[in-house]
Order: sequence, then C-alpha cells, then structure tokens
Amino acid sequence: MESPFRSEAAAFRFLLITIGAFALIVAASWIDPWLGFAVWVLLTAGAVAVYLHQRGPRPPRQHVEHVGLPDERRVLVVANETVGGEELMSAIGELALAGRTQFLVVCPALNSRLKTWTSDEDPARAAAQKRLGATIARLASVGIEARGEVGDADPLVAIEDGVRTFHPDEVVISTHPEGRSNWLERGVVSAARERFDVPVTHVVVDLGPQDTT
Amino acid sequence: MTSHAEAAHGSHEHHGPPAAHKSSRVDARVLGMLLFIGSEIMLFGSFFAVYFFVRVANPNAPSEWPPAPYEFPVFVAGINTAILVTSSFTMHWALQSIKRGQRPAFLAGMVLTFVMGLAFLLTQVIEYLHVGFNTGDGAFASVFFGLTGLHGAHVAVGLTLLGMVIIRGFRGHFSPEHHHGVELPGIYWHFVDIMWIVVYSTVYLL
Repeated sequence: MESPFRSEAAAFRFLLITIGAFALIVAASWIDPWLGFAVWVLLTAGAVAVYLHQRGPRPPRQHVEHVGLPDERRVLVVANETVGGEELMSAIGELALAGRTQFLVVCPALNSRLKTWTSDEDPARAAAQKRLGATIARLASVGIEARGEVGDADPLVAIEDGVRTFHPDEVVISTHPEGRSNWLERGVVSAARERFDVPVTHVVVDLGPQDTT
Repeated sequence: MTSHAEAAHGSHEHHGPPAAHKSSRVDARVLGMLLFIGSEIMLFGSFFAVYFFVRVANPNAPSEWPPAPYEFPVFVAGINTAILVTSSFTMHWALQSIKRGQRPAFLAGMVLTFVMGLAFLLTQVIEYLHVGFNTGDGAFASVFFGLTGLHGAHVAVGLTLLGMVIIRGFRGHFSPEHHHGVELPGIYWHFVDIMWIVVYSTVYLL
C-alpha cells in the first residue's frame, strides 16, 4: 500500500483527485442530497479499494556479499509450520553433503494481523521457538549443525533480517503446496528472488490432510 | 541456538551494530510528516464531527444552512479556493524546477505560492470582518469559525514553512540532489489545500 502523502508529487495528484471527487459530490448533492451522499459513499469505497489493492514501488535488488571462508557456503532456511517437514529435512541434508555449509534456520512468528497490531506476539513467538527448537534438535541428531532464530511475522522481512545479519549464499524457502500456501499466494518466493541476488530454492512440504494453512 | 545477530563474519569487518534495518522503506522524515498529517486528519475529523452534528444529527438542526437571515460569502470563498488551488500548482512547479536545477523558476514558484497563500489568508480575514455574524450568533456560527479558523491557522503555519524555504532558497540552499526541505513543506501545503476543498465543499456549497 502506498500513502497518498508519500511525496509532494503524490500529494499533488491526491489533491487533483480530491477536487474531482468533491466536484462530483457537490453536483450530485445539488440534484438531491441523498444522491450526493450515495456518490460520496461510492467514491470513498472505490478509493479504499484502490488503496488496499495497489502495489507499492518495488524495492531495489540487494546485493548479498559473500562472507566467511572462500570454500564455505552459508544457507538461510526460512520455514513456517513446514519447518520439520521431510522434504525440507532432505533438502538441508543434500546441501550439507555438498560441502562445508553453515545453516541459519529462521522461523517467522506467524501471527494474525489483529494480534500483530495489538502487539500480542508472545504466543506466536513461543510457538515458532518450539517448532524451531525441535527442528534444530532433529538436524543435530543427523549430524547437521545449525543455528536458529525466530523471525518477523512477515516472511520477507524475516528473510531480509536474515540476509543482513547472516549474509547467505543461498536462501531456501519452505512452503505448503500451491493452493494451501499463504506465502505462495502472497508471492513471497518470487519477491525474494526479485529482491536478493542469491539463489532462492523453493521447497514444497506436504504435511498431509491436516495441512490447511 | 542463538537469538542475536551474528557479531563477526570472518573477513567481513564491521564495527558497531548492523546497518539499520529499513524493511519499512519509509524515510524517517517522510514517516514523521505522515504521522503528523494523520494527527491533523483526526483533528479536522473532530471539527467535522461537530459540524455534522450541528447540521444533521441535532434534533434542532436548522432547515436552512446557514439559518436565515445569515448567508455565507460563497462567491468570495470560491475565488479564494481558486487562489489556494492555484498555489498548489505553483508549489508543484517550484519543486519540479529545483529537481531540474532551474533555480530562478524554483524561486519564482515559491514566491508565487507564498503570495497566493497570503492572499488567501488576508481574504479570509476580510471575509470574517464582513460576514455579518459572530461566534455568539448560534452553533452554526461557532462551527463556521471553528472549521475555517482551524484551516486558516494551518495556512499560517504553511506560510511560515514556505517563508523558510524562500529564505533558504535565496541563500543558495537546495539543489537537484538535495531538496527534501522543499518536498516536506510541499506535502504539507497540498494537505492544507485538500482540507480546504473538503471544508469549502461541506460548509459553503452543500
């Protein structure tokens, strides 16, 4: 969503739209006050719909600098409820076998928008921490050492945080299958590919019939 | 397991905390202006709530607006509206000019904007002197002076900001790369214009 006051040019455009909108409202009101009210309601609803559905400007593509030893790879794994899925575990296992690799597993603290706005994040963070702990322990049991972090509820922000602090050479995003994945619906994987100049691998984890998110 | 940012990255030398995370991608100064305008919308909203109560929700609401025998100077206010809207065009022209490095056009645009803003304010003062009623003549009069006066106060603040931009402009400040000090007063000025369109339409025309 973009604010109509994000810049002088945007505010100027908004002024012109306001003049047009109020000219219509006043003209309709002179015909009949209720018609004016109806025009106002329609224009307001239209403006809210446009505002909610518009896409903001695309952020610039970020260069991710390689850090650490030259022969070492750093892999950032981002996963929600699928963090312990078999498909993701085997993908991590393959990457671990390919050479010297450091893993950072980030589990976004998934939360409803209302709870995020009211700062009710503790249960979401606790649940993410629990999933993360189980996954790190499971990886350790097969000899893969990994660090874990609870990330922002917004997966793209969680990835960006991970990129800034971890400098990965590759990002692995684990989601539910198409049709059941909120992240895929929101275009998280494609947005990550656009935003960061590192390979982004998408792993689909099917948790079975109970997989509904 | 760690929950803190990694401090060392081998050959990657960095002192202090990681660079600020700008995931919101909103410049802090623009964000400040947005928050300010948000609070302003709430302030105007409270005045409009009073206006609609007095005119619509109130069981003793007058059948005519304004109640007879009073009249609003619709034509003069219309001319004033045209002046204020034109000042937004000159403000936009001024900012576009400094972005292109055209300093004389920038200064001309800013001075024109200021003069038109001042003309609007002076016309409003003259309108108050000749309107024929005062705040003690009923709730409609209080609402009229409250809404238009609140807007007039915002125009006065806008003129102060524009005045500072003009002084800085004549002292050689601002360039195609650095014009944030023009951009923010520009946003504010357009906001003041938008609020006037709403005030003029609802109070004078409807």
